[in-house]
Amino acid sequence: MPNIHLENLIKRYGNVEVLHGIDLEMADNEFTVLVGPSGCGKSTTLRMIAGLEDVSEGEIYIGGKPVSRLEPKDRDLAMVFQDYALYPHMNVARNMSFALRLQKRPQAEIDKKVRDVAATLGLTDYLARKPGELSGGQRQRVAMGRALTRDAATFLFDEPLSNLDAKLRGQMRAELALMSQRVQKNMIYVTHDQIEAMTLADRIVVMHGGYIQQQGTPEELFKRPVNKFVAGFLGMPPMNFLEGEIEERSEAIYVKGDGFDLRLQGEKTQSIRQHKNKEVILGVRPSDLNYDQNASAENTLTLDVMVSEYVGAQSVLLCKCGPAKVMVEVNSETPVALGQKLTFAVNPNGVHLFDRKSEVAI
Amino acid sequence: MQRAMANRLTPYMFMAPAVVIMVIALLYPLGYMVWGSFRDWDPSQTIGEAEFVGLKNYITLWHDPNFRESLGVTLSFAFFVVTFEMIIGVGLALLLDRNIRGMSVLRTLFILPMMIAPVVVGLMWRYMYHPTVGTFNRFFESIGLPSVDWLGANALMSVIIADIWQWTPFIFILSLAALQSLPRSALEAARIDGATGWQQIIHIKLPLMMPVLIVTGLLRLIDAFKVLEVILVMTEGGPGLSTEILALRISRTATEFRELGVAAAMSNYLLILLLFITLMMFAFTRWQEMRTNRLRAAAEEDE
Repeated sequence: MPNIHLENLIKRYGNVEVLHGIDLEMADNEFTVLVGPSGCGKSTTLRMIAGLEDVSEGEIYIGGKPVSRLEPKDRDLAMVFQDYALYPHMNVARNMSFALRLQKRPQAEIDKKVRDVAATLGLTDYLARKPGELSGGQRQRVAMGRALTRDAATFLFDEPLSNLDAKLRGQMRAELALMSQRVQKNMIYVTHDQIEAMTLADRIVVMHGGYIQQQGTPEELFKRPVNKFVAGFLGMPPMNFLEGEIEERSEAIYVKGDGFDLRLQGEKTQSIRQHKNKEVILGVRPSDLNYDQNASAENTLTLDVMVSEYVGAQSVLLCKCGPAKVMVEVNSETPVALGQKLTFAVNPNGVHLFDRKSEVAI
Repeated sequence: MQRAMANRLTPYMFMAPAVVIMVIALLYPLGYMVWGSFRDWDPSQTIGEAEFVGLKNYITLWHDPNFRESLGVTLSFAFFVVTFEMIIGVGLALLLDRNIRGMSVLRTLFILPMMIAPVVVGLMWRYMYHPTVGTFNRFFESIGLPSVDWLGANALMSVIIADIWQWTPFIFILSLAALQSLPRSALEAARIDGATGWQQIIHIKLPLMMPVLIVTGLLRLIDAFKVLEVILVMTEGGPGLSTEILALRISRTATEFRELGVAAAMSNYLLILLLFITLMMFAFTRWQEMRTNRLRAAAEEDE
């Protein structure tokens, strides 16, 4: 399959620039997820690749060929829309075969293709129904089916699961993951849901404010976020942020803030030494805070429990550390009383530091 | 008990004024007309003095070649105006459904003819069709073409053109509204599926607009059967009976021929025709409602 390359892609609406030079290289058969909050430009980027939005500046290459002046149909791609975008007046079979019928393929080939795809998606019994007679999940499948029948080189997904309820979404996410393994194609997937991004992606591209913040494998982004935005966006419950200052006392490095004084012991400690006295933001994921009443004071955060949310095996505690709110996860069996002070040991390698002004990782 | 009764009556109380007006202004004259249509009735008589003749007026009319001609003129007028107005109106809507600078001004200009009073439209077109000083013939002359006998030999075509000019905007704005409320993503999906502009129109836009187009067409059809002023001003039904549509014939039968009973019977024929079309329209919307309900029920069962 051809690889897709975006070069300094800029989008303007009138005088307002919404995408500021997107550079992105997607490898063959890669599942790329563009993720970010609404308004970050991820959908615009996808729609520009699809050819539904004009490119203001820059170029899109598919298989080395510039395509930004081509019509959508000449780019060899298929797209799944958020609202499914099925043709309401056609039944499922005709919806799925629309592109093939336009290409005037032989009827026998069309029928076979539709039957095959319908079988893999469990739609065989619904081929004669109109979209209005289907449930949300089934419509979603038809939308996927329509893309699959096309046999296009590239698949684009524009928030395909966000109109489904939570349970169905989880189910479809798993099916999508299966599908992406089976059909070796380029996939570009837009979502605002970081769980979808983490579970589906070979490569995540985090976008914010019309810029790419960071791209890489889910693990890279989770473990080594380049800035506070990426750190806070990926992971659930989100990373906790505490304001503090780097201090050096008797050869050891501390981050001291209102309500905590934490000694740094991780791999990065030596490189942090040079940022002595810098105002920073300390970031710790809830999963890197372990409930431990006996840990030594320098490795811990002491938190006032404000709210306890029981979610089954785990409870999420919303606590206070000085002026800041901190979320931690504990085993539900842990006896916790509201207002109690609890001590949590900090995983030494789970400490992230960000410059307080630029919010870039140190 | 009494209170419950009063509660149940409340809605009817609110409806009462409207019902009274309907009865006085609609049902009473309608009944009067139906009753009158069974009588040999001269305007100098009260309806009580007129002789009861049963279905004679209807039978006479059925065999009256002039009435038949008039009915034929009405039917062909309605057929041609609605056909051309639909084609031009929908075509314009498809053409103008885009964002170009000044498009809103253009759209407003397009719907202007609809806002002009029919009598004015008639006068305007009569002037333009004038054999010697009219705009069209002067124009034809200036480019060396033979002049056309607009309101003479080609009278029916001329009134049809005037009606198309006046009422195409009606279909245009309704189709434009329908077009702009189409699901945008379905059209985008069609573009990605490889549909050209024409294929989008034929396979996606027109089928999705069809419910609106059918209702619009039927509304225009009903209106076209009742057209009067423009033709009255332009041709007065002439020459001969060539543009004498039913509404005009009814008014002439009542005023010039002084045959109120026959005029009433004629009105009833027209009424039956219109009722038939209206019922078709109701049946169509009802069928659509039932269909959506059935679909929704089916979909919910699957959830």
